[in-house]
Amino acid sequence: MTDVARGEEVGRTNGIAGQELAKSATGIQGLDEITGGGLPTGRATLMCGSAGCGKTLLSLEFLVLGAVEFGENGVLLAFEETAEELSQNVRSLGFDLDQLIEDGKLVVDYVHIDRSEIDETGEYDLEGLFIRLADAIDRVGAKRVVLDTIESLFSGLSNDAILRSELRRLFRWLKERGVTAIITGERGEKSLTRQGLEEYVSDCVILLDHRVSDQLSTRRLRVVKYRGSTHGTNEYPFLIDQFGISVLPITSLGLKHGVTNERISTGVSGLDAMLGGKGVYRASSILISGTAGTGKTTVSAHFADAACRRGERCLYFAFEESPNQIVRNMRSVGIDLQQWVDRGLLMIHSSRPSMYGLETHLTTMYREARAFNPRLVMMDPITSFLRSDGGADAEAMLVRMIDFLKGCEITSVFTSLTGGGSALDQSEVGVSSLIDTWLVVKEIEQQGERNRGLYVIKSRGMSHSEQIREFLLTDEGVQLKDAYIGPGGVLTGSARLAQEAREEAAKVKRQEDIERKQRSLERKRQVMDAQIATLRAEFEAEEQEAQRMLAEDQRREERLEEDKEDMARSRKADPQPQKAQEPT
Amino acid sequence: MTDILNRDNTAKLPSPPAEANEETWELRLYVAGQSAKSVTAFANLRALCERYLPGKYEIEIVDLLQKPQLARGDQIVAIPTLVRKLPEPIRKIVGDLSNTEKTLVGLQLRPRAW
Repeated sequence: MTDVARGEEVGRTNGIAGQELAKSATGIQGLDEITGGGLPTGRATLMCGSAGCGKTLLSLEFLVLGAVEFGENGVLLAFEETAEELSQNVRSLGFDLDQLIEDGKLVVDYVHIDRSEIDETGEYDLEGLFIRLADAIDRVGAKRVVLDTIESLFSGLSNDAILRSELRRLFRWLKERGVTAIITGERGEKSLTRQGLEEYVSDCVILLDHRVSDQLSTRRLRVVKYRGSTHGTNEYPFLIDQFGISVLPITSLGLKHGVTNERISTGVSGLDAMLGGKGVYRASSILISGTAGTGKTTVSAHFADAACRRGERCLYFAFEESPNQIVRNMRSVGIDLQQWVDRGLLMIHSSRPSMYGLETHLTTMYREARAFNPRLVMMDPITSFLRSDGGADAEAMLVRMIDFLKGCEITSVFTSLTGGGSALDQSEVGVSSLIDTWLVVKEIEQQGERNRGLYVIKSRGMSHSEQIREFLLTDEGVQLKDAYIGPGGVLTGSARLAQEAREEAAKVKRQEDIERKQRSLERKRQVMDAQIATLRAEFEAEEQEAQRMLAEDQRREERLEEDKEDMARSRKADPQPQKAQEPT
Repeated sequence: MTDILNRDNTAKLPSPPAEANEETWELRLYVAGQSAKSVTAFANLRALCERYLPGKYEIEIVDLLQKPQLARGDQIVAIPTLVRKLPEPIRKIVGDLSNTEKTLVGLQLRPRAW
């Protein structure tokens, strides 16, 4: 949970209670969120549960973290295990009790009552216990006390009436001392604890549970009661591992996470283009679903690669492949994840879905995410959970996980395997409502060939392409091609190639046609020009001829005239009238 | 109580007093200040020892209010508690020792059969 969410929770608590109930942080991941800040300061908390559910461990972590992180020293009154045994038991969790004891930060007092060497006669009280406890508290100035488990007194001493009145006195006394206490109690059949301790410790009751269903064990924690404070009422899964206890407090109480307008690249340029050209929103949740072998993991690897290229940390939860296998497989499509692993930007966390229960998985993821502080978290695939669990639980947990990631402004990428044959939209109905951007990689089978197509089913808050793209796995990763829409649907693969070839041929042919037409036009023009030249030549020839004829006619005329004059002169004829007109 | 009744008594020593004769009894009574129960217990213990162990007993009174750290050693929880340090094995009797019979049984001065 983020600090913001936590702040809100605390704020609300205060608002209702009117005054602040002092709380002592346990330092245990998640528990402080559920309780709105920790256990009630100066009061006793009852921690009950069946054997092996983690009561002692949780109490010890409360003490150890109190001493180490909050400067509050502690006292453990152990009725069941000696200091040495306890020290050994928790060493695997990284707690060094011996050192804390040596540093004067912790006192472990082993209280042992061996009934076989004790007889009882007459009146007594438990002042000895009080004195021991007071001594231990005073020795280190303890603020935190754990009694684990006080019910052992009932098996050591037989006078119930005395024990009960003394217990009542003890809890009152603890309150007066102002120490924050945890009393552990074994789960009873009808009541929360065998000896009905809840009767005495009424401020805060936390119930731990260790359940096995379908051969998978899950630890759960529930705050049964918290006087004077609101608290998460659900059962929260928790985890005990080498880092101690972590509780998964993720709730779906509110949809209040802030939003960002920042867009991040998916790593596939064609996909970015489909998503309005800018990719997905940061802190959104992305689902990539598809049937087996459609390249879901490759797409998510692109997301990871892109994030690492931006210098962001990326956490990859793989549930089907080992880290090395993923790195090798992605190298085959040209994505080098190893370089990011080496640089510490990418962490691949592999585990089998059946390794432990769903809650434990999610608690692990939650803790890893908090520890690694990534900007991108991937889960590949989430279907394993839906399958390993009934479905409803897995869904609820995914809601929590997505809420948690969004709250931390972490982008989440999930892949989901859809069964062949079933309608894509139906099989995902459970989770899809949580998803902001949903990509489907679809197998397209035609003409004896299987190809892949990718489309965006939805992408909240942005315009996106509605068209299917052909999805190619190349040596340089995923490439998206515009698909050809033919009469029988989308053309992909070799059908698309054939279509491309046909179109290319047609184009060449059209080009040739144009050229041919141009050539024929040119030829016609040449013919025409030639004809014009011939005509002109003929005309000129005729013209010359005509000119020559005309000139000849002229000369003949002139000669006739001369001949006429010659003849007249010879006949001594009268001069021509026209001659008389001449001024002679 | 039921535990005491069910206990297997066949292995008990036939006559603990005879054995007790040979050594000094070291008894330690844990109290917390001068509370009524503590005072009663001490008085009862004194009377019992005078009667059954004359001259061969030592009583050490430990006031846990003065020396709280001593409570750990003998695993004291209830007050008052009488601890038989010697003879071995260690026995503890919790309470004000008002029932002499039970106290004797607890100290193994009397066989546990009734």
